[in-house]
Amino acid sequence: MVRPMVDAPTTGSDEGTADAFLQGDRSLRHAPGPYFGSYGGRWMPESLIAALDELEDTFEKAKADPEFVAQIKDLNKNYSGRPSLLTEAKRFAEHAGGVRIFLKREDLNHTGSHKINNVLGQALLAKRMGKTRVIAETGAGQHGVASATAAALLGLECVVYMGAEDCRRQALNVARMELLGATVIPVTSGSQTLKDAINEALRDWVANVDHTHYLLGTAAGAHPFPAMVRYFHEVIGEEARAQILEQAGRLPDAVCACIGGGSNAIGIFHGFLDDPSVRIYGFEAGGDGVETGRHAATISLGKPGVLHGARSYLMQDDDGQTIESHSISAGLDYPGVGPEHAYLSDIGRVSYEPITDAEAMDAFRVLCRTEGIIPAIESAHALAGAMKVGQRLAAEAAAEGKPADSKIVIVNLSGRGDKDVATAAEWFDLLDKDSVEAEIGKEGEQL
Amino acid sequence: MTGVQDITSTSKSAAAIDKARAEGRAALIGYLPAGYPSVEETIAAGIALAENGADLIEIGIPYSDPVMDGQVIQAATTEALAKGFHVRQVFDVVRGITSKTDAAVLVMTYWNPVVRMGVDEFSRQLAEAGGAGLITPDLIPDEASEWMEASDKYGLDRVFLVAPSSSPERMKRTVDASRGFVYAVSIMGVTGARTSVSSAAEGVVAAAHAAGAERVCVGLGVSNAGQVREIAAYADGVIVGTALVAAIRDGGVDAVAALTKDLSTGLNREEA
Repeated sequence: MVRPMVDAPTTGSDEGTADAFLQGDRSLRHAPGPYFGSYGGRWMPESLIAALDELEDTFEKAKADPEFVAQIKDLNKNYSGRPSLLTEAKRFAEHAGGVRIFLKREDLNHTGSHKINNVLGQALLAKRMGKTRVIAETGAGQHGVASATAAALLGLECVVYMGAEDCRRQALNVARMELLGATVIPVTSGSQTLKDAINEALRDWVANVDHTHYLLGTAAGAHPFPAMVRYFHEVIGEEARAQILEQAGRLPDAVCACIGGGSNAIGIFHGFLDDPSVRIYGFEAGGDGVETGRHAATISLGKPGVLHGARSYLMQDDDGQTIESHSISAGLDYPGVGPEHAYLSDIGRVSYEPITDAEAMDAFRVLCRTEGIIPAIESAHALAGAMKVGQRLAAEAAAEGKPADSKIVIVNLSGRGDKDVATAAEWFDLLDKDSVEAEIGKEGEQL
Repeated sequence: MTGVQDITSTSKSAAAIDKARAEGRAALIGYLPAGYPSVEETIAAGIALAENGADLIEIGIPYSDPVMDGQVIQAATTEALAKGFHVRQVFDVVRGITSKTDAAVLVMTYWNPVVRMGVDEFSRQLAEAGGAGLITPDLIPDEASEWMEASDKYGLDRVFLVAPSSSPERMKRTVDASRGFVYAVSIMGVTGARTSVSSAAEGVVAAAHAAGAERVCVGLGVSNAGQVREIAAYADGVIVGTALVAAIRDGGVDAVAALTKDLSTGLNREEA
């Protein structure tokens, strides 16, 4: 990796960049890292730098290797089921100001979410590096299940770190990973949540780096992870852009996605970053409401800091200690966010807004009832955001003397909600009070 | 700005290691987490370290996400945080030890607490408290521009880590960026007592010396006098952490004093 030793930017924001973007003289696509403005980099122990260099080198060579590109394409098509559909949601649209809403159906991928795009790519890279073991972190289990899937497919040993509390609540996902041949290790250190699972995976990686690849699940972490994870998810945005041009005959007015670490979002955003007419929105987990302090709205309320290898926005106290995040959605319950999102926020290209648990669950119910699609609760945050954006666009259309359905919004439906049925049943009070499930639910268990 | 040569000559860590070298032995560096089990006991234990043979003292700042630490240190720092430890109190600990002893006192910290306070402000307060410098386990020279500037401004040592996995190029870069000494990680892993010292340690020290480092100290997995003796034969200093944390946990300040006295028996090179 060639980069300056001491004059890398570490503070401030790129004030000039927004103007450059607005003048259209510079592409925001394919940002290579390690820095996105003043964010990103490698805030990592020296012990892991050699492994990051090896990964970066392997990734760069793979991208340029037609055989690797063909392998990814083949797996995406014949294993994951890509391209995923772009489905117009006409009845849901009535709840979004009457604009046209299109859903990018990542929920239809094998394993039920966008996560498969990244794990297949990274597992192939692990094989190219001659590594025989992959490790992963997981919150609710989606990335763990996807990693276990890729490891089974490619014949790799797989160990998944998961907070002890999450293991208890997501016993069925633990079973899924074990059925796929993975070993799940409950993490009891620190706050016993996703961030501690990442810490534990990093400790494992330091000790076993010669034969182990850390299959990080989101577009965060040290370089090359943010740029690499985005690369494997860019297919979402590329497909969506081509599909909307074919189905609607023009680019959308807005693109919406949910943001935890931000991998599904950066994947779909990437297709539209250089289209100035497309407004882009990222919806963070507002939890109980940002005013309560119980949320995961990292960009909306966090401050720049370094965690898990990258400089980005971070939920932290005045001492720089990481604050525990809160969200009904385990996939968004992370106190950090990918560095490219921090940059896109600072330059004003993407708007980031919080969505509360209640708003997300309302949107969850609306999609179930109007389209016959049960979304992941993560994706329901994007749907709730799209309902707000739809209302705003409808008002703009009215002001322009045009019908609401002259406006088009794409929502990245990043995953399906089968895993969330227990949480939703509790939320909507659907369980018989005397049922076994309700008894379990009282203790916060997932079914 | 003062030249590098002048600053090196005033490095408190270098002076402490050179004093040990003049006595025909390696330097002993002892680690304690600040605020465990209390700020007062950390100060008392730090003084006990200095009075029983430690030449340098490394005070760790408890942090929410200590990725380079094993279970013993994690448990101690988690407890310190749960009891309400604040980052600013590390300066009280440093001042408390430097006002009573001649030991060089460094702070070991993950980088985000420094970022949050501001690198310059943190450095200023550390220098005011009599601190020697910082050991930075998750900051590599590539990302350290602000710290390079602040450490020059306040005359602080900057101790970066080198590992068995460091390439010759990175070894050189890290040695060049360091001041005081270079911290050689003995093993690919996290902190914690181990039954034997990795054979990789000697190679890392040799590589760091070859890259121009005048002082190289070895840490990770060192817990008894026998291991100290083994490392003292080829390194300029020996760093002990987890064993001391276990000592203060199980036997308080007296146990720290007794362990330090025992560890220091391994330092003399003539005995090696």
